[in-house]
Amino acid sequence: MAEPLILQLVLWLPVLGMLAIACLPQGRDGLVRGLSLGFMLGQAALAAWLYLAFDPAQPGLQFATDVPWIAEWGIHYRIGMDGINVLLVAMTAFLGPLVVAGAFSAINKDIKLFYAMVFFIQFAMLGAFLAQDLFLFYVFWEAMLIPMFLIIGIWGGERRIYATVKFVLYTAFGSILMLAAVIYLVYALQQRDGISSFAFTDLYDRNLPLDAQLWLLAAFSLSFAIKVPMVPLHTWLPDAHVEAPTAGSVILAGVLLKMGTYGFMKLGFPLFPEATQVFTPLLMSLAVISIVYGACLALVQDDIKKIIAYSSISHLGYVMLGLLSLDLIGIQGALIQMVSHGLVAGGLFLMVGMLYERCHTRELAQYGGLARLLPVFALFFTVLTLASIGLPTTSGFTGEFMVLLGAFNAAWPLHEAGQSLPLVLAVIAVSGVVLGALYMLRLAQQLLFGAARAPHQPLRDLDLRERSILVAIVVAVFALGLFPDSALRKTELAAREYQRVVSGAPATPESAP
Amino acid sequence: MDLLTTIVALPLLGFVLNGLLGPRLGKTFVNVVGCGMPLLSFALVLLAFLRLQAGGGTQPLVETVYTWATVGASSFEIGFWFDRLSAVMALVITGVGSLIHIYSTGYMRDDAGYARYFAYLNLFVFFMLLLVLGRSLLVCFVGWEGVGLASWLLIGFWFDDPAKAAAGKKAFITNRIGDAGFLLGMFLLYRTLGTLDMDQVNAAFSAAALPAVSASLVGILLFIGATGKSAQIPLHVWLPDAMAGPTPVSALIHAATMVTAGVYLVARLNGVYLHAPEASQVIAVVGVLTAFLAATIAVVQTDIKKVLAYSTISQLGFMFVALGVGAPAVAVFHLCTHAFFKACLFLGAGSVIHALGGEQDIRRMGGLAKRIPVTFATFAVATAAIAGIPPLAGFFSKDEILWFAFASGSGGSPLLWVLASSAALLTAFYMFRLLWLTFLGTSRMDAEVAHHVHESPWSMTGVLLVLAALSALGGLIPIAHFLEPLLPLPAVRDGFAHHQTTLVVISVLLALAGLATATWVYGKGLARGESLATRLAPLHRLLSGKYFVDEAYAALLGRPLQWLSARVFLDLGDRRLLDGSLDGMASAARRAAGRLGRIQSGSLQFYMVLAVAGAAASLGWMWWHG
Amino acid sequence: MDRAQFLLMVSMLLFTTGLLGVMIRRNALVMLMCMELMLNGVILSLVTFAQHSGTLSGAVLVFLVFVVAAAEIAIAIPIVMQLARQRRTLDVEAWRELKG
Repeated sequence: MAEPLILQLVLWLPVLGMLAIACLPQGRDGLVRGLSLGFMLGQAALAAWLYLAFDPAQPGLQFATDVPWIAEWGIHYRIGMDGINVLLVAMTAFLGPLVVAGAFSAINKDIKLFYAMVFFIQFAMLGAFLAQDLFLFYVFWEAMLIPMFLIIGIWGGERRIYATVKFVLYTAFGSILMLAAVIYLVYALQQRDGISSFAFTDLYDRNLPLDAQLWLLAAFSLSFAIKVPMVPLHTWLPDAHVEAPTAGSVILAGVLLKMGTYGFMKLGFPLFPEATQVFTPLLMSLAVISIVYGACLALVQDDIKKIIAYSSISHLGYVMLGLLSLDLIGIQGALIQMVSHGLVAGGLFLMVGMLYERCHTRELAQYGGLARLLPVFALFFTVLTLASIGLPTTSGFTGEFMVLLGAFNAAWPLHEAGQSLPLVLAVIAVSGVVLGALYMLRLAQQLLFGAARAPHQPLRDLDLRERSILVAIVVAVFALGLFPDSALRKTELAAREYQRVVSGAPATPESAP
Repeated sequence: MDLLTTIVALPLLGFVLNGLLGPRLGKTFVNVVGCGMPLLSFALVLLAFLRLQAGGGTQPLVETVYTWATVGASSFEIGFWFDRLSAVMALVITGVGSLIHIYSTGYMRDDAGYARYFAYLNLFVFFMLLLVLGRSLLVCFVGWEGVGLASWLLIGFWFDDPAKAAAGKKAFITNRIGDAGFLLGMFLLYRTLGTLDMDQVNAAFSAAALPAVSASLVGILLFIGATGKSAQIPLHVWLPDAMAGPTPVSALIHAATMVTAGVYLVARLNGVYLHAPEASQVIAVVGVLTAFLAATIAVVQTDIKKVLAYSTISQLGFMFVALGVGAPAVAVFHLCTHAFFKACLFLGAGSVIHALGGEQDIRRMGGLAKRIPVTFATFAVATAAIAGIPPLAGFFSKDEILWFAFASGSGGSPLLWVLASSAALLTAFYMFRLLWLTFLGTSRMDAEVAHHVHESPWSMTGVLLVLAALSALGGLIPIAHFLEPLLPLPAVRDGFAHHQTTLVVISVLLALAGLATATWVYGKGLARGESLATRLAPLHRLLSGKYFVDEAYAALLGRPLQWLSARVFLDLGDRRLLDGSLDGMASAARRAAGRLGRIQSGSLQFYMVLAVAGAAASLGWMWWHG
Repeated sequence: MDRAQFLLMVSMLLFTTGLLGVMIRRNALVMLMCMELMLNGVILSLVTFAQHSGTLSGAVLVFLVFVVAAAEIAIAIPIVMQLARQRRTLDVEAWRELKG
């Protein structure tokens, strides 16, 4: 069985890449770029192979590695794929080469350090997705901050210092609380049951007392909700996005934000199911507020990147709604929506970056009629806009449709039982699709249509490198929109398990139906 | 490959080919692919139709293409369903669609985006076929949104003009509002029935034990979707603006096919609406109000396409009246005849605009009948058809609608009939007004324009002739009867049956009255009409302002939303409350640090004193609490 | 008053004198000497307690402390001399730069 080794390779390949770049002499920029792309492509290929090899019929971890790390506290180096992270890992690995290739022309300062940081964050993100040990997860979780801090702080725009400090303070604040909660959780369980273990599987189904659960979930939630981000903890995101270089924005929107929702799904809710029941009305309301609030704010922004940044807040609200619905369709939809948003928002940020390289402004009012000036650009931008709106046949539809259907499915019986809040929220969320169309069409309209004008002319249309990047994204978007079934199969068992744990049903030996 | 799948896939192939290769391979290629694919689809629809009839006509053709998604026990399948209703719709779409494609080869001949235009048009046909052939509501919804996309692309086809692009956006957004209702209705059905297949939905509602859901609620939610797509009050505002697109697009999408999707949806879910009297009543009322109000607006419009646009809204209202009184077969009948004569009218209008080099204002037309005779003749036939002059197509279908509005056992009432008949009268009036002002009387054109007037090429006039023939004879096709096994007609209320002849006579008289009034007012040019307008100035202002619905929406929805987003959410929420408090905390920390920093004075002695004091204090505390 | 008590009193006196000296005097050398006084006070109490409890480790510890104290002075005196050479004074108030 070579798969566990390949999984290790997928995880550690960025570190190897980082070392390889570090060994290169200064000034060989082309080589640095080529090597980075090579490593990322290799990683993506291996991840794709693992994705295909992932057996949807087998519950639990696959390709797992488990080595004691700090044995006396029960901390292990525990890595493995399961139904929850399989799509996210595949997406992260898929976006890696695109990020690297997208930065070829944009980054010209400290290239070695830049690609090293991209590798570093890739490593940390994959590690956080793959970790099956709370301590290890925390290490990776925190490690993500460092490269992102540098990427925004060194290669960012004018107000990069403000943005990066805000980003780090926000996230670090959440992380500290989570660390305290992690320590307390393991300590309390060890005091009660005498077993000291950080393994996720040892932490589920442990029936902590409710008041402890409430405090712990509050701490975890704060940390994750900042990452998602949920209103009102979101103000770091637009600043970070606007100041970050394109690669940073793509990583941030594409993968980093999913850390929050992934954290909720993997840790927050399943660890503390009873507390989740208590928090659900609050969190669900916040999710729907995020959908509407993010959309409204996206509507009045003048900076293209800010529009997409606020749209991310709105889209991740759908993910939270799906996760909280505890309906199988909703959960599955949330997983798809995470990947879809990674692809679509990532693609849109890449495109904004391409435009910025040509015109050096992100102010929407400066543009118009790009469909005339940059027809290929306009084509791709339209497709991604429509995917963001959630038009059928794109991945955005698959995610949104399933999330909303799940939310409605779960809310209707509650409504009939006299509890109408979830239904009201679901209906508002459905109306959110109108707002989504409103702000994205405003963007596309202003950018692509009308009289042709741009700050810098003549413009050259997308070159082969840029086209290849976008073709890859668009193909993935349509694949997930037209044929989501194989992806859904891979996640189904894990989604069921999540549903079971969080809704508080007793463990059954056979989790499959 | 399976037949239905092929029917749907061919236009998609056309879209891909024309989109990717069209601009490079030239016009002949674009023509062959662009017109060939819908024509081929049409041929195959005919084949499917024959197969359906060979099987007795009641056994639908069913195909499952693939499973879109499986979640737990529920699975969403992409499948097609071909029964008589789908057959009629598909024939109209591919038939009229193909004709309009052919017409477009003439109309769009010199446009720079020729290949792009045909690619979009094929894309539209693809989604429209998906809409009417889909077995499940999900497939229908995919088509539903897809035609919206195609409509957005085609309305904004000449995107350099911001107003045209904005019209596309407005159409999309308004449709989206309806789609939210569609989605909710779909969710509710899925929640209670566990399936979205429309045949099973209908079956579930006709079963002995009714599903545990209010059919009216489902009906109303889905009808909200239909009001968006079919431009019914209050979501009708997008359709007049949609005239910004090329005229063949207005004919195909915004008259003949897409806007009738709402009618199709309600007819398709006949089983639900049979058990939803409240929803049906709402549909009938909305339909008749739309029919009447849109007709009043059409009376004062001066743009040839806007008149036709309001006329379309009004005619769609008629169809919804039929749906509301439980006669979906009649609605579909009118849908077909309307597709014929309205496509003919729009294409005729296109021919006029083409001849006049882009002029659309009927006040600057007149006397065109002799200059472009074929266009005039076909336009006149279609006008008479829509006005309900017997024995043309519109007479039959409209008359049946009026009859059921009066006499249907499920919701018909004299009041409904009165409103609908007034709308019919107005229809005859504004259509003949259009005919007079455009083609008859004396010319009011600029000399420059008049000099260049020319009849359109054969590709256009030929299509007009075919459509005119259909407008004339289409009423003889017994579509309602053909659909009866699927969509039974409602029972007539007791004691009403003997009124039928009277009503027919009245409706013919109304059509003639409309004709006579229009001739009286506009037979001698604009003068009489204008003096009427000044005498009834307030009314005229109300009508030409389209009841100020757009303005009301802007004031009640658009600006408040903008204000809420920019002032409350952004300024107050994000900037002041959230960022403000954070920045406040940061500067408070900085100030506090500045104050506390003074303690560290640099004096060793002072530090020492502090250290001793601290030690003493902690010792004292321990003493106290020890 | 027995001997142990007396010795402890002396050690306290030494320590207090040293503490007051450090707090009051501004001459760096005098402050160093006062610190030595404090140290010696503490050592005296250590020895006293070692004597009192009759254990050897206390006495051994005293020697260790002496060594450390000597080393400390060996470093401190040169530092003070360097400082004095720069400012031409032994007044510690001349060095107030380390402040917030």
